[in-house]
Amino acid sequence: MARNREGLVLLVDVGPAMHSVLPDVEKTCSLLMQKKLIYNKFDEVGIVVFGTQETENELARDIGGYDNVWVLRDIKVVDELVVDRVKRLPRGPAVGDFLDALIVGMDMLIKKYGAAERGKKRLCLITNAACPTKDPFEGTKDEQVSTIAAKMAAEGIKMESIVMRADNASGDVDEKIIEENDHLLSLFSTNAIAKTVYVESPLSLLGSLKTRRVAPVTLFRGDLEINPSMKIKVWVYKKVAEERLPTLKMYSDKAPPSDKFAKHEVKIDYDYKVSEETSEVLAPEERIKGFPYGPHVIPISPDEMESLKFKTEKGMKLLGFTDSSNILRHYYMKDVNIVVPDPSKEKSVIAVSAIAREMKQTNKVAIVRCVWRNGQGNVVVGVLTPNVSERDDTPDSFYFNVLPFAEDIREFPFPSFSRFPASWKPDEQQQAVADNLVKMLDLAPSPKEEVLKPELTPNPVLQRFYEYLELKSRSTDAALPPMDEAFKRIMEQDSELSSTNKSITDVFRGSFEVKENPKLRKGSKRILRDKPSGSDDEDNRMITYDANEKNVDTVGDANPVQDFEAMISRRDGNDWIDKAISEMKKLIVKLVEDSTTDEGGDKALECLLALRKGCVLEQEPKQFNEFLNHLHELCQERKLSHFLEHFTSKKITLIPKSEAADSDVADEEAGEFTVKQEPKLES
Amino acid sequence: MELDPEDVFRDEDEDPESQFFQEKEASKEFVVYLIDASPKMFTSTCPSEDGKQESHFHIAVSCIAQSLKSHIINRSNDEIAICFFNTREKKNLQELNGVYVFNVPQRECIDRPTARLIKDFDLIEESFMNDIGSQNGIVSDSRENSLYSALWVAQALLRKGSSKTADKRIFLFTNEDDPFGSMRISVKEDMTRTTLQRAKDAQDLGISIELLPLSHPDKQFDVSLFYKELIGLNGDELTEFMPSVGQKLEDMKDQLKKRVLAKRIAKRITFMICDGLSIELNGYALLRPATPGTITWLDSTTNLPIKVERSYVCADTGAIMQEPIQRIQPYINRNVMFTAAELSELKKISTGHLRLLGFKPLSCLKDYHNMKPSTFLYPSDKEVIGSTRAFIALHRSMIQLGRFAVAFYGGTTPPRLVALVAQDEIESDGGQVEPPGMNMIYLPYANDIRDIEMVQSKPGVAAPRASEDQLKKASALMRRLELKDFSVCQFANPALQRHYAILQAIALDEDELRETRDETLPDEEGMNRPGVVKAIKEFKESIYGDDSEEESDSGAKEKTRKRKAADAGDYDFVELAKTGKLKDLTVVELKTYLTANNLPLSGKKDALINRILAHVSK
Repeated sequence: MARNREGLVLLVDVGPAMHSVLPDVEKTCSLLMQKKLIYNKFDEVGIVVFGTQETENELARDIGGYDNVWVLRDIKVVDELVVDRVKRLPRGPAVGDFLDALIVGMDMLIKKYGAAERGKKRLCLITNAACPTKDPFEGTKDEQVSTIAAKMAAEGIKMESIVMRADNASGDVDEKIIEENDHLLSLFSTNAIAKTVYVESPLSLLGSLKTRRVAPVTLFRGDLEINPSMKIKVWVYKKVAEERLPTLKMYSDKAPPSDKFAKHEVKIDYDYKVSEETSEVLAPEERIKGFPYGPHVIPISPDEMESLKFKTEKGMKLLGFTDSSNILRHYYMKDVNIVVPDPSKEKSVIAVSAIAREMKQTNKVAIVRCVWRNGQGNVVVGVLTPNVSERDDTPDSFYFNVLPFAEDIREFPFPSFSRFPASWKPDEQQQAVADNLVKMLDLAPSPKEEVLKPELTPNPVLQRFYEYLELKSRSTDAALPPMDEAFKRIMEQDSELSSTNKSITDVFRGSFEVKENPKLRKGSKRILRDKPSGSDDEDNRMITYDANEKNVDTVGDANPVQDFEAMISRRDGNDWIDKAISEMKKLIVKLVEDSTTDEGGDKALECLLALRKGCVLEQEPKQFNEFLNHLHELCQERKLSHFLEHFTSKKITLIPKSEAADSDVADEEAGEFTVKQEPKLES
Repeated sequence: MELDPEDVFRDEDEDPESQFFQEKEASKEFVVYLIDASPKMFTSTCPSEDGKQESHFHIAVSCIAQSLKSHIINRSNDEIAICFFNTREKKNLQELNGVYVFNVPQRECIDRPTARLIKDFDLIEESFMNDIGSQNGIVSDSRENSLYSALWVAQALLRKGSSKTADKRIFLFTNEDDPFGSMRISVKEDMTRTTLQRAKDAQDLGISIELLPLSHPDKQFDVSLFYKELIGLNGDELTEFMPSVGQKLEDMKDQLKKRVLAKRIAKRITFMICDGLSIELNGYALLRPATPGTITWLDSTTNLPIKVERSYVCADTGAIMQEPIQRIQPYINRNVMFTAAELSELKKISTGHLRLLGFKPLSCLKDYHNMKPSTFLYPSDKEVIGSTRAFIALHRSMIQLGRFAVAFYGGTTPPRLVALVAQDEIESDGGQVEPPGMNMIYLPYANDIRDIEMVQSKPGVAAPRASEDQLKKASALMRRLELKDFSVCQFANPALQRHYAILQAIALDEDELRETRDETLPDEEGMNRPGVVKAIKEFKESIYGDDSEEESDSGAKEKTRKRKAADAGDYDFVELAKTGKLKDLTVVELKTYLTANNLPLSGKKDALINRILAHVSK
């Protein structure tokens, strides 16, 4: 078995108490196998079930005992059959002894690999650990488990136990046995590389098994420098990294079906051309990289870049300590790293332990500046928070989170909640209702009972992809499977939780009535949504409380544009639009007639612009176009040419078809209007 | 792929969703900086950071200079104009006295900021008195009113661009709180009225006017005298406005920085609290990594942008194809085919809503529960009336009870569990530090979390822990190295600063590179203070003992190299090279050979193979 390959034995309890969850166990295991087929196709897997009528294992044959343990599959390289195998686990009628199964699994691993391949042998036990274990021939169960665990540690076998603890467990469960089993499992954890996960729902069962095996790779090995004379040897790993869908290759169907050796691959070529028309392609040395700087693109040659660019030196430097309250949680910028002391350097382990424990004690965090690799083009400033280990055999470490630079922050002021009008704020009774909801809709009544832990919540999209992949591999036109029931738990409120709290949510709903804003018609809403964002300019600023609150019913002299806009957007009657438009027209005519100075003209122009905007929004192009023609005539009659000139400077045009579909004016004509001195009459 | 930006900023995975936020920022902003250049601006001073007295004019100009630099970097699509009033010379389209629009060649009066503009504006104080001059432009006899004219000019500049797609703003810098104070009462009234009307007209056109007042050390700028009406403040806001009146240069810079970026909504979000009750929230991207912008390829002889054409070529036939819609995943000896439509259907597992699932105590949110920058949520009553009230109630309860909400957010790919952490408003003298609202933190899935701690454990062997004495020494060390007043955003990104310094130098054909300071380096002076040195030394001694240096690297590198070299031995590279089978190996396998032979590891697979071939044939 070469590097980075794993030998795994699955030990699955299929006794009666497990039957209800076995479909989910099968799903979890098949996902594990599928990912091995894709990412680790040289991994080897054996499958053992226990609690069956049948007994079929080497130990039973050779030395007897080990009843009800059935080796479904010996350890061998993963293949198509293995997915089928775990998808159709037998249901057993017997009581399974997980210790027997563990010994059988361990025996298989040792016989297959010997003492070699340390750390690449893995046992995975899935059980509810609710059945009694047999007493050993000699000594106590504790001693027996300790011996097995010591043997596993010596052989370098890792163990993972997933224990089902559904709340709906029937009453016939013996608390004593459960307690004893939990104790035995915890003995494994202290004496071997073993961990036990308790899962309470199908969802967390799906999330409990690390299905994608990623060999941890250090991002950095080097010094955490307190100052140049005091350094701690550390390694940095990724603690969190997104698992994505596999990168699917593009497929070419161009090769003739007769071509048996066709690879069906697609290559992507990039051509660099001076313009779209030419076929001439620029060679790599004929092009240069440019970076945007304002409206210009600044060319920089690789040499210039190399000689001028910011130079860094690998290392982690401590800048200092600060109160953890100074670093608000939402400033964490990225996925998270973990900084562990170099395991071979005992002094470094102690130094990290001293600082981490003291940080935790005093609620401090450390600020560090990091360059992970030599020649890396930038630095990272981040925060170290303590990760004090609860397990005796795990060294203390730090979590590392990236903090933003000054350039990364966009500080916008938002109004204080206290400054909102009383009608926007909850009253005492409403506040009490909200308090109650926040208290009662509880996902973590106690640390042990926390549900929806990120650690146990699988990614629904990945789950679905692999399920679909499996279906498609059997039949090309398989339909997309529906979302697995288990994922309801993350997509909706837990039905159990909300039914016990139904009255509370009902009261909440009753106390906080919401309604659609009647001022927004369906149509205008759509417009708001469809507009390229940022264009919803009213929203970009803070809300003005008074605007449009009072119902405007005339266009006054003082704020004509505002009045007009308020009026045209009134939705409590059908004729407001027409009324607003006609009032605005009157006012404009009045302003134009009265205007002798530029100032009065300016105001008229502003009104005209507002009118145009309103007519476009309300799709009333004819009203505006006819009015504009009328106005044009009027100005010519009365020799108000100074006003007409503004038409050109402000580019006031007729509303063309492109702005309002009902318009009779073609796009070219709209502009012509302002150039021509003769009024153009509309049909 | 060659289109990727230089590896400068690529050191970790690019987030494919970051586009989501960039795209949302495509809109434009038009800004006019209106600066009072009256003699009073030059004679009044206030203290700067380092205790020197700086004139108000200097403060205004340096704030704008800084703001221009951030404009060109962060929002280079914005168009800006700089306009002085109360000047001796005049320069504006309207030919109004006392107003001077500052500009540089190859640029319209209101246009995107250029390197040239920034450079010339940096030097404006030297030439100002000669070229532009300061002169009070509000004279009662001649009825000149430079403030009125300035607003007119600014408004005229802002005619550019549709008010539907752009934000238009005027930033007014002045230290005169009562511009018409010295006038006869009738003239004063008249001037006040016309000026206010002018401002009102501008506001009616969708232009907002923001005042950045400068106070005298002995006399506060009194907004209520004149300006409150001009900028449309009512009673409540007036009190809020007061603390932001600039005292110091730094405060002013802060103020401008906060105000200059218009608030952009990243996303409207429907928040379903329970069945039958949904409220409306707006999501804002307040924190996003700034990058040096995308690379444009230029023709190296003409420096003109070139077209990049991507073509898909069938490897079997060499035929040019449309972008293929079929994708394959090799799976157990065969290729499973997916269409693009199927894949996108697969990813659609929910609506884009935010669905409340329940609440947990804050202690359940671990430091490693993070994937990417958070999104800030603030309620809106625009479409759903009552949203704000429900939001505030939950917000208060969550703060009161120390709990966060767990919710499912369908608006990202993949949809994620999120933590909503209520943030109370935090204010300081300089204004708002943290806005009130909730921060949406994207949680990892089980698939994304790696159990590194377990890998590090040695079963049955207790990990070394610090002793009481060592803890005490660590505590002393931490007290000594306390960062006073640390704030998260105090460091500028040195690589980015350098990058822009390079661009500026090249753009302006300068020989000298503007010096950029790396603020992220440890404070050497502080580190060398005797108390600090002693604390570090004592801590070191408590850990490493008196004599020993810290543990040295015992040739670990050599070991790895050897190990890798041994692995490379799995294949006979010479044989593979001869038979042309190197391409059947994986990149990782190829790299083992390169590592073993001390060859560079960079480049695509083809490059690696060529490097090995070259090495083998030697």
